[in-house]
Amino acid sequence: MITFLRRRTLSSVIPLAVVVLGVFCLARLTGNPASLYLPLNATEQMRQDFAERNGLDQPVLSQMADYLGGVLRLDFGESLRTGQSAGRMALDAFPATLQLAGFTMLIAVLGAAVVGSWAAFKPNGLADRVCSTMSMIAASVPDFWFAIVGIWIFAVTLGWLPTSGVTGHGIWILPIATLVVRPFGVLVQVVRGAMVSALSSPYVKLARSKGADDYRIVTHHALRNAAAPALTVAGDLTVGLVNGAVVVETIFGWPGIGKLMIDSILQRDFAVLQAAVLVTAVAIFVLNILIDVCYALLDARVRQAAKT
Amino acid sequence: MSAGTTSTGPVEQAGRTEPEVALAVAGLSVRIDTAAGPVLAVDDVGFSAPSGETLALLGESGCGKSITAQAVAGLLDPVARVVGGEVRLGDVEMLGLTPSERRKLAGPELAIVFQDALTALNPVYTVGTQLAEPFRIHRGLSARQARERALDLMRRVGIPEPESRIDHHPHQFSGGMRQRLLIAMAVALGPKVLIADEPTTALDVTVQAQIMELLRDLRAEHSMAVVLITHDLALVAEQADRVAVMYAGRVVETGLVREVFREPLHPYTRGLLESVPAAGRGDRLPSIPGAPPDLHSIPEGCVYQARCPMVQDICRTQRPAPEAVGEGRTSACHFSKELRHG
Repeated sequence: MITFLRRRTLSSVIPLAVVVLGVFCLARLTGNPASLYLPLNATEQMRQDFAERNGLDQPVLSQMADYLGGVLRLDFGESLRTGQSAGRMALDAFPATLQLAGFTMLIAVLGAAVVGSWAAFKPNGLADRVCSTMSMIAASVPDFWFAIVGIWIFAVTLGWLPTSGVTGHGIWILPIATLVVRPFGVLVQVVRGAMVSALSSPYVKLARSKGADDYRIVTHHALRNAAAPALTVAGDLTVGLVNGAVVVETIFGWPGIGKLMIDSILQRDFAVLQAAVLVTAVAIFVLNILIDVCYALLDARVRQAAKT
Repeated sequence: MSAGTTSTGPVEQAGRTEPEVALAVAGLSVRIDTAAGPVLAVDDVGFSAPSGETLALLGESGCGKSITAQAVAGLLDPVARVVGGEVRLGDVEMLGLTPSERRKLAGPELAIVFQDALTALNPVYTVGTQLAEPFRIHRGLSARQARERALDLMRRVGIPEPESRIDHHPHQFSGGMRQRLLIAMAVALGPKVLIADEPTTALDVTVQAQIMELLRDLRAEHSMAVVLITHDLALVAEQADRVAVMYAGRVVETGLVREVFREPLHPYTRGLLESVPAAGRGDRLPSIPGAPPDLHSIPEGCVYQARCPMVQDICRTQRPAPEAVGEGRTSACHFSKELRHG
């Protein structure tokens, strides 16, 4: 397992380097920050000073060298907007996103495991048809629509929940409820499909021949086999959420990494954007390694293949 | 007690007590819903399996022998349904049981060995966990006690180094060893009836012989009735005491193997036996012309009429019922008597 982890980490280095370079180049395509931070009637001298102060007068290659050297020292420079350390800002914003993603996926995975198994138990039965239709709708409707409808009904009309903010438990409900719908819908379909095939497999027949009851068949024999495909999809969905639930964070004013990225793009705040993207990229690589570890824990065949 | 009849009690016969009937099937019919409409995959099938003996259910692919086995074991897929008949396990009528009553018998009374051990074993659990399962479910043993019993079972079925191999997963075993594991699981609780559904089809010949020997030893140990599902005539000749020959979902002939093979009293059985290649017979190997009928359009009359060399008008209008044609023998042919003398 240790070898496996080491190799997996090493193989992440090159893609991470590509991300580091890519974000540097792409950020510079968004425009010149000077025109945004200086008054419209700024003189050429003011522009020069601004560029000098922020190192933007240097050739692009030397800017890049500075940036790369900083990355190696985990120093991403300062924010143009606030003057704070960019790395600090990204790391401060990240937990909010991670918590949102974590709770959302926890609810989606547990819910989908129960609902998907229930639907799969009698394929084409009433429960299956209801679940399949509902999950298809859930997987297809965009989250901003749920967000807006949710705000309209629960915050504006009924006044039960806050629309945005950072205090109290109520602020969790609408963002999570909005974010959970699509992963839940997608996962119900994946779990259902995997469970239908697991439940019709010869090993389930063998378990029945040993006198295992329905509960044992589902929870012990089928679910663990159905977990691998569900894990793959859940991993992808989590990556999407960690990547910054940009739309939902913006709508609900959630102080997460997605909102930070959008704000820094709009403000040409290169240093913060670079730091935010890099923090996200590292998080996604770590997440992928964790998913691989889960595969190995679930199935000995993966474990042994990793050894060789 | 004869194979193929429907009575169930032990029968006294000329000074000798016939062995107790462990499993008696009568009039069993199974309907399968297919895309092209329902078919009767098993139609009015009857046989009985005495304790301590092996009954072979012999037939080609698609004749309904595996469906019969699954119907007996209560393991039919949802598209298949028992529509008639009875299955008596000792004194218990199986088909009338509730699912939970049936589960109580699955393992301690009736067990099944599947054909493909690799897909039948759960890939994500160690073999120890799976071998321990019958003891956990039915005997309520602790994990440690059940593990001890699993080790005993592995020793009994001849798996080398059980202490280290008990924590291995199914894919780490060879085909023969996997089949041994399936057999170990099936005999864990000493069932009265063991259904072996083509247990050696996926194995090479030497391993096949070892597996059959193991089954024979275990049969004697537990005085089980073994129902051997197979298409292999040689296997039947070597291993079985009685045979029930199936064709197109029906039993066409039953009897003691040595009698049936010496003098088959149904044209299908005779055709099968003539198709066996023999050493030193240089001429062309005979085969039965044609193919079994499509179950969607079973003809009126005898199911074998289209391929039968002896077919007459009566065969096209009247379905022959299984008739006693000797001691413990039945044949479902209008001309079984002519076969005997001809």
